[in-house]
Amino acid sequence: MSRLAVPKTYKLYIGGKFPRSESGRTYEVVTKKGAFLANAAKASRKDARDAVVAARSAVSGWANATAYNRGQVLYRIAELLEGRRAQFIDEIVQSEAVSTAAATRQVDEAIDRWVWYAGWADKFVQVTGNANPVSGPYFNLSVPEPTGVVAIVAPQDSSLLGFVSVVAPALVAGNTVVVLASERLPLSAITLSEVLATSDVPGGVVNILTGSAAEVAPWLASHADVNALDLTGAGALDWVDLEIAAAETLKRVLRPEGGTDAAAPSLDRITALTETKTVWHTKSLI
Amino acid sequence: MTDTHKAIAPRPTALELFDGPVTDANLRRYLEGIPGIDAVGLEQRAAGLGTRSIKTTSKKRALDTIIGLIDLTTLEGADTPGKVRSLVAKAVTPDASDPSTPRVAAVCVYGDMVPYAVEALGVHHAKGTDSGIQVAAVATAFPSGRASLAIKLSDTADAVDAGADEIDMVIDRGAFLSGRYGQVFDEIVAVKEACRRPDGSYAHLKVILETGELNTYDNIRRASWLAILAGGDFIKTSTGKVAPAATLPVTLLMLEVVRDWHRLTGEKIGVKPAGGIRTSKDAIKYLVTVAETVGEEWLQPHLFRFGASSLLNDVLLQRQKMTTGHYSGADYVTID
Repeated sequence: MSRLAVPKTYKLYIGGKFPRSESGRTYEVVTKKGAFLANAAKASRKDARDAVVAARSAVSGWANATAYNRGQVLYRIAELLEGRRAQFIDEIVQSEAVSTAAATRQVDEAIDRWVWYAGWADKFVQVTGNANPVSGPYFNLSVPEPTGVVAIVAPQDSSLLGFVSVVAPALVAGNTVVVLASERLPLSAITLSEVLATSDVPGGVVNILTGSAAEVAPWLASHADVNALDLTGAGALDWVDLEIAAAETLKRVLRPEGGTDAAAPSLDRITALTETKTVWHTKSLI
Repeated sequence: MTDTHKAIAPRPTALELFDGPVTDANLRRYLEGIPGIDAVGLEQRAAGLGTRSIKTTSKKRALDTIIGLIDLTTLEGADTPGKVRSLVAKAVTPDASDPSTPRVAAVCVYGDMVPYAVEALGVHHAKGTDSGIQVAAVATAFPSGRASLAIKLSDTADAVDAGADEIDMVIDRGAFLSGRYGQVFDEIVAVKEACRRPDGSYAHLKVILETGELNTYDNIRRASWLAILAGGDFIKTSTGKVAPAATLPVTLLMLEVVRDWHRLTGEKIGVKPAGGIRTSKDAIKYLVTVAETVGEEWLQPHLFRFGASSLLNDVLLQRQKMTTGHYSGADYVTID
């Protein structure tokens, strides 16, 4: 006896919860050949607004957690990703139409990259901060601090690796993110949201929107409560307009990257989303 | 007061309503004779009123109306003259980036902060007129109301002497819940008398029912009638110190009492939901409820107020969104 297929309708991930799009819209996620895979929520500007509110309220908790604790939380996600390998591989094979071996390579690399970034959580401050020499009996310390809420357009042509490559570095420093997943390949991002919901990441630290980046990105770019804009996956959009909109509120902007080494792992991706704070302190109270 | 009653001077129309003096027994007979509330129907009606969609130009008008109805409030133990001055500055200029923003209706502070509020308001102080910003003071041992009548009265008189235009008094919930309606009634009448200024005019009296402690809708309706009969100019839901504070069904219920009183006597009583209204979306639901229950005429500062502090910032953010076309953030309004 054959079994009826159970088609899934996925939802958004905002503030640690899985709401439907406020607009009620969904769109079909299909394989490369056009076969139905699942329904995904099509986020609207109001979903983006709600996501920014959730991200903003999560900033203080995540940014003020100790670097060691943030590292542990990120490692834990890598552990959970490892446990879901089969699902990720299966979804990548179906949606990207690649071989199982290629999908496995992508998943392995994504998990390794997540671990690599997790390791930086309690180390990048030592590397990028500095004790500055000054002409007086003072400590003069420069330390990187998270910039706040980061809006991200994830790479459009990569399911998991692209997504991980832009989200993980933003989280390391203590930023919270609102990320627009790949419109055509959202399944890995959705599965990752299910991983995040059962991990130790506080709700609101990662908010994942699926749907049209062209529709939602302008609202995030102009949103006054977003502190930085990562346009890595926005190459196909009018990204210059997005950059101009972001300039209105002095956002930090990362420009689109393409090619196979887009968003390659680097310390720069972490520090790009930090602000340097310099403090003076007397060397002695005697 | 005992059943042997002494008649004092409540609202004249109330005296006409009663056959004979206002005694504990008369009050109990009257208030407990009011028919019970259909709680399910009330909540459904309130939920239904909350589903109206208010967009674009209507929303813009609603936001401006809301600002003009706000009693900008700070009622903390940690209040200082400086905090009151910054509250007043915000009341006068809610959004420095947009001079077309209307001013709020009043600032609401503790009695001892009234002089600082009056001083900070300067020329913007209403001083008993309808134009300008009113100074409202909470009195009568706010928020618990647990003090002797003498203390409550001097608390009130002090605030009025200091220049308060409006007094927000709390009723004695303990007395009300144990059925001593006459005592509650007498206190309201006495506080109203303490609101009298040397020139014979009265500070507006808002009677806080603290609906979160009254337990049932029936009690809230009785307390509303009681407060109106005794001479309150406004009935106010809550102190903001007890959860639940203002809710839509409770406000709807109080508005219905006000509507009934208006039909009965032609007098217009104000309503002030306070506490827990933090978003423009919520506040707009209240506007719809007012307009649908007592009429749009009530959407004026002398008949309807929001007791709120964080609501104003949310309304300003929404207003900025409508003006600029992009979402605004907390960095673009003042910190409360």
